[in-house]
Amino acid sequence: MPSVTLGASVPMSTPPAASRRTALDAVHRALGATMTDFAGWDMPLRYGSERDEHNAVRTTAGLFDLSHMGEITVTGPQAGQALDHALVGHVSALAVGRARYTMICAEDGGILDDLIVYRLGDEEFMVVANASNAQTVLDAVTARAGGFDAAVRDDRDAYALLAVQGPNSPAILKSLTDADLDGLKYYAGLPGTVAGVSALIARTGYTGEDGFELFVAPADAEKLWAALTEAGAAHDLVPCGLSCRDTLRLEAGMPLYGHELTTALTPFDAGLGRVVKFDKPGDFVGREALAAAAERAAATPPRKLVGLVAEGRRVPRAGYQVVADGTVIGEVTSGAPSPTLGKPIAMAYVDAAHAEPGTEGVAVDIRGAHEPYEVVALPFYKRAR
Amino acid sequence: MSNPEQLRYSKEHEWLSAVEDGVATVGITQHAAHALGDVVFVQLPEVGQDVTAGESCGELESTKSVSDLYSPVSGTVTEFNQDVVDDPALVNTAPFEGGWLFKVRVSEEPSDLLTADEYTAFAGE
Repeated sequence: MPSVTLGASVPMSTPPAASRRTALDAVHRALGATMTDFAGWDMPLRYGSERDEHNAVRTTAGLFDLSHMGEITVTGPQAGQALDHALVGHVSALAVGRARYTMICAEDGGILDDLIVYRLGDEEFMVVANASNAQTVLDAVTARAGGFDAAVRDDRDAYALLAVQGPNSPAILKSLTDADLDGLKYYAGLPGTVAGVSALIARTGYTGEDGFELFVAPADAEKLWAALTEAGAAHDLVPCGLSCRDTLRLEAGMPLYGHELTTALTPFDAGLGRVVKFDKPGDFVGREALAAAAERAAATPPRKLVGLVAEGRRVPRAGYQVVADGTVIGEVTSGAPSPTLGKPIAMAYVDAAHAEPGTEGVAVDIRGAHEPYEVVALPFYKRAR
Repeated sequence: MSNPEQLRYSKEHEWLSAVEDGVATVGITQHAAHALGDVVFVQLPEVGQDVTAGESCGELESTKSVSDLYSPVSGTVTEFNQDVVDDPALVNTAPFEGGWLFKVRVSEEPSDLLTADEYTAFAGE
């Protein structure tokens, strides 16, 4: 059985020696967080019950330390053109103060990482990469920007990142800043001051809820955490770890690099071909392979990314096979018990013939037992606006 | 966290109560419950099923993982905790009390279990 033994899954007290610690490490320890190694960082997995933390983000508000994320700043007269060449999106078309979800691909079209790019000024952009891929992205962007009048800066150590997510997050932040939050749209960012701390205030997140991400100097992180905690007390803000961040993004149908996105897949394979902008000016890395991938996906669709909802209570995990009529038709990429739906859910790549919502007879092989699952459209959860 | 003195413990993080009229109760420790996170599903052995010390007899699913449940003792299952099946969170909130898992008519007195002090040291608490 590919299951984890209780003995093996219980972490003992010594964390991996090489783990990096965020500027908020002492805060997490004082709060009694269960820590975990994530992409080389020692990060809070949860403070108490991950289900309670998840539900707080859905109904009130949660506070996250996301300082492991990797920031790369690109400046100069041709910063936009350099990123248009390096990434698949049309980044130079962004208005100052706006942000865009995009990807960086290899020459063969494989996804190197998914990213958020913020345009901070006419000649300044900030690329935010996943911690596990930050070095790869930095190296690729640096190499690809070579022919442009643009400078690429490693800003991973320049920022701590705090996120306030959930329906109460605007009220909490408003009590700490004069910035025009009502004018700050989803996927926009502006410089401001929060609780006396200089911050880039972005209305982004990875939870499916309204919320903000605050990029600040590491030296200011503890002060800002304390101020948010104090202001959040009246709004039922709770500290939240990476465990609930994973179930929140899964319910919201958002892909996670290493699970739904890998170098073996193009954005079209992942159903995210819309992020590839063929009509932007200039050439970009991966264009030829991606054009072929787009045609292939349209003509003979490969496996498609779908949602699965359990009829039973056993939880599908990444790597489990999806079956129909005794034949393997796909593989689970992420799975968890959904606090919002009250049952197990999963994202999986399945053969196109079984990808339509409502397809009958689909099951997940859960350690030898074929548990029935319903194929549904993503996302599992969408907030009321 | 403190491990009750009257229980004995396995290195797989299960506890075993004192044997009364030939029957003992089994659960998982608070240390294990804390490490697993929110338990969402438990599969327990059936009444009448024989279990063997050190062998898997069920499983516990939490948000992040699935774990085998090992019996700390050999014997025959006389009862399982329906409350935990209905509300697996009891394993997290009361692992030594309302979150017990099953009862066993002990066929062989276990010899390799740990005392509370030994287990506390073993778990690195």
